[in-house]
Amino acid sequence: MEWETVIGLEVHVQLQTKSKIFSGASTAYGAEPNTQACDVSIALPGVLPVMNREAARLAVKFGLAIGAEINQTSVFARKNYFYPDLPKGYQISQYEIPVVGRGELEIDAGDGPKIIGITRAHLEEDAGKSLHENFDGFTGIDLNRAGTPLLEIVSEPDMRSAAEAVAYLRQLHALVRYLGISDGNMQEGSFRSDANVSIRPKGEQKLGTRAELKNINSFRFVEKAIRFEVERQIDILEDGGEIVQETRLYDADRDETRSMRSKEEAHDYRYFPDPDLPPLVLDDAFVAAVRDSLPELPHDRRHRFIDTLGLAPADAAQLTVEKSLADYFEAVVGATSAEPRIACNWVLGELGAALNQADIPVEDSRVDSAALAGLLDRIADNTISGKIAKDVFAAMWEGEGDADAVIAARGLKQITDSGAIESIVDGVLAECADQVRQYRDGNEKVIGFLVGQIMKQTQGKANPKQVNEILRRKLAP
Amino acid sequence: MSISSDQVTYIAHLARLRTDEEKSAYFAGHLSRIMDLVEQMNRIDTDHIEPMAHPQDGALRLRDDEVTAENRREDYQAIAPAADQGLYLVPRVIE
Repeated sequence: MEWETVIGLEVHVQLQTKSKIFSGASTAYGAEPNTQACDVSIALPGVLPVMNREAARLAVKFGLAIGAEINQTSVFARKNYFYPDLPKGYQISQYEIPVVGRGELEIDAGDGPKIIGITRAHLEEDAGKSLHENFDGFTGIDLNRAGTPLLEIVSEPDMRSAAEAVAYLRQLHALVRYLGISDGNMQEGSFRSDANVSIRPKGEQKLGTRAELKNINSFRFVEKAIRFEVERQIDILEDGGEIVQETRLYDADRDETRSMRSKEEAHDYRYFPDPDLPPLVLDDAFVAAVRDSLPELPHDRRHRFIDTLGLAPADAAQLTVEKSLADYFEAVVGATSAEPRIACNWVLGELGAALNQADIPVEDSRVDSAALAGLLDRIADNTISGKIAKDVFAAMWEGEGDADAVIAARGLKQITDSGAIESIVDGVLAECADQVRQYRDGNEKVIGFLVGQIMKQTQGKANPKQVNEILRRKLAP
Repeated sequence: MSISSDQVTYIAHLARLRTDEEKSAYFAGHLSRIMDLVEQMNRIDTDHIEPMAHPQDGALRLRDDEVTAENRREDYQAIAPAADQGLYLVPRVIE
């Protein structure tokens, strides 16, 4: 039988605020245990939550970016369960009325654009951390993370393959970073995903029973975990078995998913509106101000790069993954007379490689956008060739000054005086009589050798186009 | 009765409350009377009334995003049943 995979994703994004969602404790990562756990974080009796405006602003920013309806009145609810890293006995979340309603995200898993529905996104607080090692018979609890603002983004079951799930996650990850609502740091848990995976016979409309895969925290593991899970479910159904609805944990070391029996019991959270928190009401002015703060969205910018700057779709996509990279590129284009396509090649090529090697973000680039524009100008006006420009770029990266300074100091100015080039060509032709004969006998390939000799004599400084022209003219019978 | 004795036992378990058969039956009766009252209210036509999530007709007060809490770990851990290396200790949760 042919099976169809159905995937929905729940992503927890940590919002980039200085303080927690309901208290003035710091959210900075990596502090000593419990030094950022105030009375509200540890749930001392009698404390009350006070909502952080910035958390609401960032949630609305996300909602507007995915074209979602914003619920200007939304409600916080208590999600009740017992676990020691949740000292209140409930998590404050949103249930019936989340701040962000239905929206959508366009993805491309390699076979063209596809729209994935986003059901909702709601605000909630994070729990603390449990440390099970190193304490004989005890578990250690660190509540620094408790109360950190999260936006839980729930997708429709619209994805049909592991590759689509990964494409969605990458797109979402790029978007939250682009909007500046989260640092998206996966190692530090700022972007965590759970996948609901089920299969059904192809053509069937009804959804199959799903398994929830928890905490798969790299794009690579998401793909592997889903692939494993789909195979597992197919094996069970083809052997006449039944899928059990359950939570499963992906084990990267063994590349398999395992049932998490301990957390299975009682998925009955008894949500109810939190009596400590009246509804979150955001007026029109609040939403309008957030709308005004939205940057040009990656999707729109990508299309503009393709339509008005003439970039290849793949290049435009790569440039718009990070806002800072797209900003750098546009600054170069604005400051140089070179074609946008050339600027794109340099930003994604030489610059990208240098940034990668130095392992630094584009904001810290050792060659700023104005300096790169200056270099591209020297190619555009034929002062240097594209090949020499790579050496100039490397020197600029090492701090030897701007393009003009490096060209002057190293004497790299291209020879464009045709008289000078002609005399070098004449000299080479006299030395290479054999090759000249071969060329005239019809072996046109030797022209490459002759160009090479000329470039060698000029240390690459002759204008290649001019060399070719002069050479062909002189070789003509 | 709208609430059964078994439901009381189940809810008590979720809330980590100890109960027994006799108590469950007793509370089933009490809780059923409350649920019956709710059921009576459910019969009222409220189609044209906007639901309220909160008894007061207020909105959430929002604060600026500033770190205002100081580190008072020593004070809090002095009254905790057990703490070590800055962590609160609880009986081991996983086997």
